[in-house]
Amino acid sequence: MTYLAKPRLLTANAPRNALGYTRRDYEGAISTLCAGCGHDSISAAVVQACYDLDIEPHRVAKLSGIGCSSKTPDYFLGNSHGFNSVHGRMPSVLTGAALANRELIYLGVSGDGDSASIGIGQFAHAMRRGVNMTYIVENNGVYGLTKGQFSATADKGSKSKRGVVNNDSPIDLVALALQLGATFVARSFSGDKEQLVPLIKAALRHCGPAFIDVISPCVTFNNHAGSTRSYDYVREHNEAVNRVEVILPRDKIETTYPPGSLRRIVQHDGSILHLRKLAEDYDPSDRIGALNYLQGRQALGEIVTGLLYVGDGTQDMHGHLNTVDKPLNQLGDAYLCPGAKALEALNASLR
Amino acid sequence: MSAVQAIQSCNEFVIKFANVNGSGSASANELFSRAIMRMGVPVAPRNVFPSNIQGLPTWYEARVSGQGWLGTRGGCDMMVAMNPQTWDRDVAAIDPGGYLFYDSSKAMPRSKFRDDITVLGVPLTAMCNQEYTDARQRQLFKNVMYVGALVALLDMEFDATATLITDRYRGKDKLIDANINALRIGYDYARQHLPCPIGLRVERSDKVGDRIFIDGNSACGLGAVYGGATVAGWYPITPSTSVIEAFSSYCRKYRTDPDNGRGRYAIVQAEDELASIGMVIGAGWNGARAFTATSGPGISLMQEFFGLAYFAEIPAVIFDVQRGSPSTGMPTRTQQSDLLACAYASHGDTRHVLLFPEDAYECFTMGAQAFDLAERLQTPVFVMLDLDIGMNEGLCAPFDWDDERRYDRGKLMSYEDLEAGKNFGRYLDVDGDGIAYRTIPGTHPTKGAYFTRGTTRNAYAKYSETGADYVYNMERLRRKFDTAKSLVPAPVLHNAAQPTRIGAIYYGSTSPAMAEAMALLEAQGVHVNTLRVRGFPFCDDIMQFIADHDYVFVVEQNESAQLRSMLINEGEIDPKRLVRVLHYDGSPITARFISKKIADAVSEHKISPIDQAKRKVAP
Repeated sequence: MTYLAKPRLLTANAPRNALGYTRRDYEGAISTLCAGCGHDSISAAVVQACYDLDIEPHRVAKLSGIGCSSKTPDYFLGNSHGFNSVHGRMPSVLTGAALANRELIYLGVSGDGDSASIGIGQFAHAMRRGVNMTYIVENNGVYGLTKGQFSATADKGSKSKRGVVNNDSPIDLVALALQLGATFVARSFSGDKEQLVPLIKAALRHCGPAFIDVISPCVTFNNHAGSTRSYDYVREHNEAVNRVEVILPRDKIETTYPPGSLRRIVQHDGSILHLRKLAEDYDPSDRIGALNYLQGRQALGEIVTGLLYVGDGTQDMHGHLNTVDKPLNQLGDAYLCPGAKALEALNASLR
Repeated sequence: MSAVQAIQSCNEFVIKFANVNGSGSASANELFSRAIMRMGVPVAPRNVFPSNIQGLPTWYEARVSGQGWLGTRGGCDMMVAMNPQTWDRDVAAIDPGGYLFYDSSKAMPRSKFRDDITVLGVPLTAMCNQEYTDARQRQLFKNVMYVGALVALLDMEFDATATLITDRYRGKDKLIDANINALRIGYDYARQHLPCPIGLRVERSDKVGDRIFIDGNSACGLGAVYGGATVAGWYPITPSTSVIEAFSSYCRKYRTDPDNGRGRYAIVQAEDELASIGMVIGAGWNGARAFTATSGPGISLMQEFFGLAYFAEIPAVIFDVQRGSPSTGMPTRTQQSDLLACAYASHGDTRHVLLFPEDAYECFTMGAQAFDLAERLQTPVFVMLDLDIGMNEGLCAPFDWDDERRYDRGKLMSYEDLEAGKNFGRYLDVDGDGIAYRTIPGTHPTKGAYFTRGTTRNAYAKYSETGADYVYNMERLRRKFDTAKSLVPAPVLHNAAQPTRIGAIYYGSTSPAMAEAMALLEAQGVHVNTLRVRGFPFCDDIMQFIADHDYVFVVEQNESAQLRSMLINEGEIDPKRLVRVLHYDGSPITARFISKKIADAVSEHKISPIDQAKRKVAP
């Protein structure tokens, strides 16, 4: 499909956020994905989250790999720079971009093939390296662009559209992210906007690697009986542990939630996460507990969603590397080049 | 000693050290070379080392050349045989009339020697055991002791050597005294027990001048600092690792913020070469100067990303320290065998900019220049050095830098440009040189953002599968590559003493051997004009040089004549006119090899001069 310009009709009274932008200012090109694709709901959630957070669109850099999911950054944040890179290699490209300018907000969009199969190495290392990013996997358990092959997240025993049974064990990216050091780990469902939008908002405000696995049914190749990634299956088996509300430092902090089921988490940037607990025994600050809970529920055939873990996001990769505050891509010649005099001294030491 | 005359030579000889890897010999050998250079006599040292850390044989060869020839000569006038494991082959390697220096602590059967060489024994182990109790000291000072003995045998200046030790360990007086003591013990023993000096001698000269002594990898790391690199993504691989080590150490020295001790650079050791080049490309896309250093296998792994960077037009610098590949072993030997893998790297119609430094000086200058070129051309730039210049210290011109020089950031569209309403088409050729303007992420709230893709877009970076858009882009990329011809370093031409129709083309680390080979040939009456290629794409001067000669030797250190293939391909040259001179056994090419190949070809009429009338001249 060739590019279609999106009509820019605007009503004068369209709501505006604190920066004066309308939601339309956060949209991108028209999606070329199949009608009803879960990925489009995720794009809409990204738009809503950035609008709600009053993020200047050009302060976001959106990067992706290859696949249906990786096409989506073109469909949101049209005023942000985007990079549709190499299959499975978004994490390294994003890492490099983040090294160059620590001030932008980095959003990595990937799929289950892109992250769990070809790109699992890069996924793992971006998590453990502490790259300050929001990493969204649009997980449908299937290769869409090449017409329906299983991906590495497909459940064992699930059936493809053609009736082929998957015999390989699935990779759970959420469990991996927990093990590898991500400091924000969540899972959601593309069909659950109420849960997804606040999770994306919280992740965007988190300092450090924030991972969200979004189950996103493929309407064309993975939305049939026998699939464990169909809309019906996910709705039936979804077990949400909590609901998140993101409160920014500037907001007047009020809550209507009843005490006792609320958990308040202050993020490093001052934003406050209110977690309305649905599962009473769930503690999102316990990494090991999160893994146990996740795997226990998985054994029961449930898909756990919500904010599964949030840790201390105080140090990211730049903190580890002890780089200067000013973005490296803005350092001028005078800060970078030691000059002729230093070279003369060096020459003298080499004789 | 039999009838064979002992070799007599002042300031022209090759001495080899046969050591055991990990025994601490490297710094003693370097001390020896530097001591000779302090006397104003040029030395070209080279390591031959195995792919392990400790225990296997390793050799250090120092060519002392008062005439200033810095290439490998071949042969061996004196062997310092410190490794019993390789004794037989080391003794056999000595030229007739040469010298054998060995540790005579233990008696050796006569059959282990040769009668056409001079044998010089020093009981190093016995002397060390007597002097030191600590095992490590016994080992380390044994090395310094043999240097002391060599100082006496070769008539070198003891004081110049001692001063070097003082310089090296400045501030650590205990170490200075201990080392000089060991040097003295070796020196005194040789003076008392051996015929000092032997036929090989070093005499003070003034041929070193203001040259410096450094390895190419360090110079690359320094070039990256001066070139403004702030991001390095890398993965360890011999023989490129020390490029990053040097960058890291120079950054600590020159790029640490004096106020808070924080770094104006970021170095990330990636999980593999794919990730390292991915980081470089991400950083380049985001406006930082970024590079990686790697070798052949890394180049192979990075192929897909090179294609992306080429088509998405993202600056990147790659230092490729070439070596024998694949496997472990040959990778510690030198080669120039990645030209094709880099020049046409990746899928699709790609071609890349290559630079060919000849020594550490050019590793520095081209290393810095590569970042300007990468940003000017918005494309990957490969600095093609090799193990020979990368990992061996050598003499080169002192580094220089013009403080007036400013980084060429290329065609960047700024906030002000966008605000003023300048037409921004990311892939639009507005200047006719094939180079489009780019914006850095975060430049402007509402203007200048674009979605970066490999292909499949129009001049305004909008998604397009239209054939005409693709063709427009490819033609622009071709124009851009033509523009690069005038930006890469120009070739270096050297005319023979007499007019000749014979030419020779070479590049990179072949340089010192080539210069010497030309002198050897000239002495035989064979005159050859030479041209050193320093960059790809090839500029017109290179094609003109080929056109101006009846036949042209192409001297390379690979098996498949890669530069020759590129010349034929790019210049549409008749292959018959380009004659292969190929050296690829892993050792550095020698002047003897080159001159013999060329002399044989000329004298045996293996190549007949081509009829002028029939000769096709390259356009």
